[in-house]
Amino acid sequence: MSILVNKNTRVVVQGITGKEGSFHATQCKAYGTKVVAGVTPGKAGQEVEGIPVFNTVADAVKKTDCDTSLIFVPPPFCADAILEAADAGVKLIICITEGIPVNDMVKVKRALHGRDVRLIGPNCPGVITVDEAKIGIMPGFIHKRGVVGVVSRSGTLTYEAVHQLSTLGLGETTCVGIGGDPVNGTGFVDVLPLFEKDPETQAVVMIGEIGGDAEEKAAEYIQKHVKKPVISFIAGITAPPGRRMGHAGAIISGGKGTATEKMKALEAAGVRVVKNPAEIGHAVKAALGR
Amino acid sequence: MNVHEFQAKQLFAKFGVPVPRGKEITSPEEATAWANELNTSVFVVKAQIHAGGRGKAGGVKITKDKGAVAGLAKELIGKTLITHQTGPKGRKVHRLLLEEGANIAKELYLSILVDRDTGWPTFIASTEGGMEIEEVAEKTPEKIIKEAIDPAVGFQGHNGRNVAFALGLQAMEAAVINPFVQMLGNLYRLFMEKHAALVEINPLIITKEKTLVALDGKVSFDDNGIFKHEDVQKMRDLNEEDPLEIEATANNLNYVKLDGNIGCMVNGAGLAMATMDVIKLAGSEPANFLDVGGGATKETVAAGFRILLKDPNVKGIFINIFGGIVRCERIAHGVIEAAKEVKITVPLVVRLQGTNADEGRKLLAASGLTLEVADDLWEAAQKIVKLTGKAA
Ligand SMILES: Nc1ncnc2c1ncn2[C@@H]1O[C@H](COP(=O)(O)OP(=O)(O)OP(=O)(O)O)[C@@H](O)[C@H]1O
Ligand SMILES: [Mg+2]
Repeated sequence: MSILVNKNTRVVVQGITGKEGSFHATQCKAYGTKVVAGVTPGKAGQEVEGIPVFNTVADAVKKTDCDTSLIFVPPPFCADAILEAADAGVKLIICITEGIPVNDMVKVKRALHGRDVRLIGPNCPGVITVDEAKIGIMPGFIHKRGVVGVVSRSGTLTYEAVHQLSTLGLGETTCVGIGGDPVNGTGFVDVLPLFEKDPETQAVVMIGEIGGDAEEKAAEYIQKHVKKPVISFIAGITAPPGRRMGHAGAIISGGKGTATEKMKALEAAGVRVVKNPAEIGHAVKAALGR
Repeated sequence: MNVHEFQAKQLFAKFGVPVPRGKEITSPEEATAWANELNTSVFVVKAQIHAGGRGKAGGVKITKDKGAVAGLAKELIGKTLITHQTGPKGRKVHRLLLEEGANIAKELYLSILVDRDTGWPTFIASTEGGMEIEEVAEKTPEKIIKEAIDPAVGFQGHNGRNVAFALGLQAMEAAVINPFVQMLGNLYRLFMEKHAALVEINPLIITKEKTLVALDGKVSFDDNGIFKHEDVQKMRDLNEEDPLEIEATANNLNYVKLDGNIGCMVNGAGLAMATMDVIKLAGSEPANFLDVGGGATKETVAAGFRILLKDPNVKGIFINIFGGIVRCERIAHGVIEAAKEVKITVPLVVRLQGTNADEGRKLLAASGLTLEVADDLWEAAQKIVKLTGKAA
């Protein structure tokens, strides 16, 4: 078992004829992912590495039964691309694009609210279920099928954690990059229940960073609902509070958002918090009694 | 991106938010000329820096004497202001806002930003304007009013009325309720249309003449939205930015200067922060945050070296690259090439992991450069700390 994506997931790549899109579509396909379609408006009929290109996501869905979209569309057009995928009936949208204006995401998040669709990202490495489907930009070879679920706000830091898990022989089930943008589609609290339910996942690594209160929310959720061991690292304990201009940021977060606050909240919820990012793998090993 | 108060107020005026008559000035002569034109009973001279707390730090001068304005301008221009938001080094004043004085009856606080929790733009208001609003939020949270705006339909009259009545404007000055509701609508429009990250008015005042005026204005813009707005791009003031940070931006690097001794160069923001954290755990302090991004090349590595070495505090450099799409042997080549162009005068530790890490390490080891190679993060951090003279 695994979460979110597996070997049957049928992927459409939006922005497939671009440099990033074509490169990563090819990489995902080589990993074994069923990449069945691509979309670039005006380029229907072309092929990228044998993957048929369509003008619209709706066409791609009709012709190929794709159920998941992977987006590489540039920031100015990305909100539109996400909404197009949702309107075409795609159930899982994974948006890699970095640099989407926050206010665009505000509107997208509102428009998706209450609909039967999940957005992951933007500004994330994507999702991989090891040996089944890689839907994103992560290097596939560092992963090893195993027992740990990974959910993270960061990209390369996730690779670091995965590398440790693989090297120690623990391996991963599914790794989910939820992205670092202030307004995103999926949070820790959406992914944690999926790992808790997944019979193959024995422990969860949660990688957070300073800013916002996603980790504090996760702590609350874990305390109430998660029985599996959770191991966490929060990046940014040495980051300066940042040159502030106004005061509103501090008010709205109500004193939350620092690494220390987040660690405290997680520890109080029974999470094993590691201070040294080089120790993530060992902490999981200890938690699993291996 | 942050802008000055005078620029914020120009935007306010454009969006129908009332502000005092005023103008940016950069010399005592300009001050005199504008003071003559303003022709008011009270003049306010305000230092323009990208930081709050100017009032308490002596950056806001009020006078009834038109003849004194030039002197106040002379005093403030070139002065370094230290406020609770500038850090101990303070900020040099290059420009001023000279505006008419207002008759303050009551100071309120008002701002709008996206609440990360809900993803909705949210107004924050309080009757405790002008003061340290963070303190109010902490000690008397009941005095902070929040009103979220549904982005599907945008600002509605009832949003404004909710805030107005919760503030007690009815009892305070009923005549300002309608203008207040209108003002919130205008601010919402400004916030969304211009891709602002924060709009803050502290204080928003009720005057003795029963009008509303934005007496201060802080606006910052979402860096991802600026490409849509030429007018906003023009508001950038490089005087307010660290020169090394400007150079970094020009090279597509994400750099923030810090106060420690170990310069670091990393791919990815999360890993860059984790690298800083691990330096601290190993017993030293990071000199910077530097994310070279996903497409690190010889050129970006060279630019990174140049920036790191311009910081006189840097006593050692730690390169931490987790190869994914970026292949480690490319990075190794980049380091070797860059080291030929930029003379590296401090100890260097390179940690490579991920795609083609072995190859990269071999290349570095055979390059003849004075550097230490590592494959483990903790080992690498301890090495650089030791080389710079501090043991963990
Ligand atoms: N045009 C004006 N007329 C009368 N008083 C003014 C005027 N401008 C500013 N003041 C007074 O000076 C105080 C400080 O000014 P202002 O709020 O603009 O700067 P600040 O101290 O940097 O603010 P903050 O700490 O909120 O960042 C105000 O609270 C107000 O009492
Ligand atoms: Mg103020």
